Amino acid sequence: MPSSVEFRSVSVEPILHDINLRIASGEAVAFIGRSGAGKTTTLRLVNGLVRPSAGEVVIDGASLAGVDLIQLRRRTGYIIQGSGLFPHRTVYQNVATVPRLLGWPDAETRAAAEELLGKLDLPLARFGDRYPRSLSGGEQQRVGIARAMIAKPALLLCDEPFGALDPIVRRDLQDAFRALRSGVTILFVTHDLAEAMRVAKRIVLFEGGRIVSDCPAAQFTAQPLPLVQRLVAAASLPA
Amino acid sequence: MTADVLRATGEHIVIVVIAVGIAIVIGIPLGIWCARRARAGRVMLRIVDAIQTIPSLALFGFLIPVPLIGGIGMRTAIVALVLYSLLPVVRNTLTGIRGVDPIVIDAGVAMGLTDRQLLREVELPLAMPTIVAGIRIATVVGIGVATIAAAIGGGGLGTLIFRGVAMVDTRLILAGALPAAALALLADVVLSFVEKRLIEG
Repeated sequence: MPSSVEFRSVSVEPILHDINLRIASGEAVAFIGRSGAGKTTTLRLVNGLVRPSAGEVVIDGASLAGVDLIQLRRRTGYIIQGSGLFPHRTVYQNVATVPRLLGWPDAETRAAAEELLGKLDLPLARFGDRYPRSLSGGEQQRVGIARAMIAKPALLLCDEPFGALDPIVRRDLQDAFRALRSGVTILFVTHDLAEAMRVAKRIVLFEGGRIVSDCPAAQFTAQPLPLVQRLVAAASLPA
Repeated sequence: MTADVLRATGEHIVIVVIAVGIAIVIGIPLGIWCARRARAGRVMLRIVDAIQTIPSLALFGFLIPVPLIGGIGMRTAIVALVLYSLLPVVRNTLTGIRGVDPIVIDAGVAMGLTDRQLLREVELPLAMPTIVAGIRIATVVGIGVATIAAAIGGGGLGTLIFRGVAMVDTRLILAGALPAAALALLADVVLSFVEKRLIEG
């Protein structure tokens, strides 16, 4: 069951101010805005990498303040720019990290890795024993996706995951990501409007540590806000 | 003569191995502790750094009057060597852990590794080449300083050198100096190799 997430008057001084946001189970939401607008901080509140200075974050009805963060994180996928793969572990060992922490039997882990890496065009037989440094940036990020999704998380947090990739690879990964995203609630941070519209059905716009717009992706560009129009102008959107 | 050289070499190795061994056992946890607590870590590093700055013969001198660990003999030599070897081990453990890519740490925390798992599975393995470099420096310096330990009755190859100097016997000096130099070079080569293997993974 995908998680629901709620921010109740959350502040992280001096970065975020009084964030109120309700994300339903199974939604795919993009956080967009300029650097320093507060979108990454908002994302990191959800898995407790950042603590609120006021207000509370509620996941599936339970306040994060009273939740075992270690357990929560094992059920929450996290994909970041630069992938953050363990350089001293093979592709398979990287992907198997969370299942191992959760105590899955080896056979189950291997089967899940085989299926997921196959879908991501990185057949386990060919890539499983390789080390991250022998992979291209796009391949590393695919491993990052597999590592975040193998344990079937209820919630997937993505922080500019495709930010450092060239446009073609980026597009491929967005497509691969779209194909995998069912059955999970997604929060996706990006500064690229075109990407936000491809991966999410709802777009939340941050500016100066506040939410300035929150609407379905299809209606986003029609808003008269100057910041929205500047984002539209900066993005190369399909007509 | 040959028997003397062998015995002195054996003593020398024993002194250095025990001292560096103790320095590793104390120094790595101390380095981890310093990496976890920024301010306390800085103070600790300064203390260890200060010990290293004391000239070795003076350090031996300081230790002789200290009860329990002091006196004339091998024990005092080992204590002094431990103090000397501590700095490279502590500092390299600290810099090794601090040098781990923050994105990798971030990913580890976000996957639900506990603090201890993060240390054992991510930080220490990635810091290991740097830690081994610290052990290498500690060993090489230790082999050098151990020759001076003979001045306080610590035994080892320094005994031959000091005796040779006193007797103006070049052969005796070289009988101590050459094995000491060879030991240091050998330790450097072997540990450099280990270090390189760790970096290449």
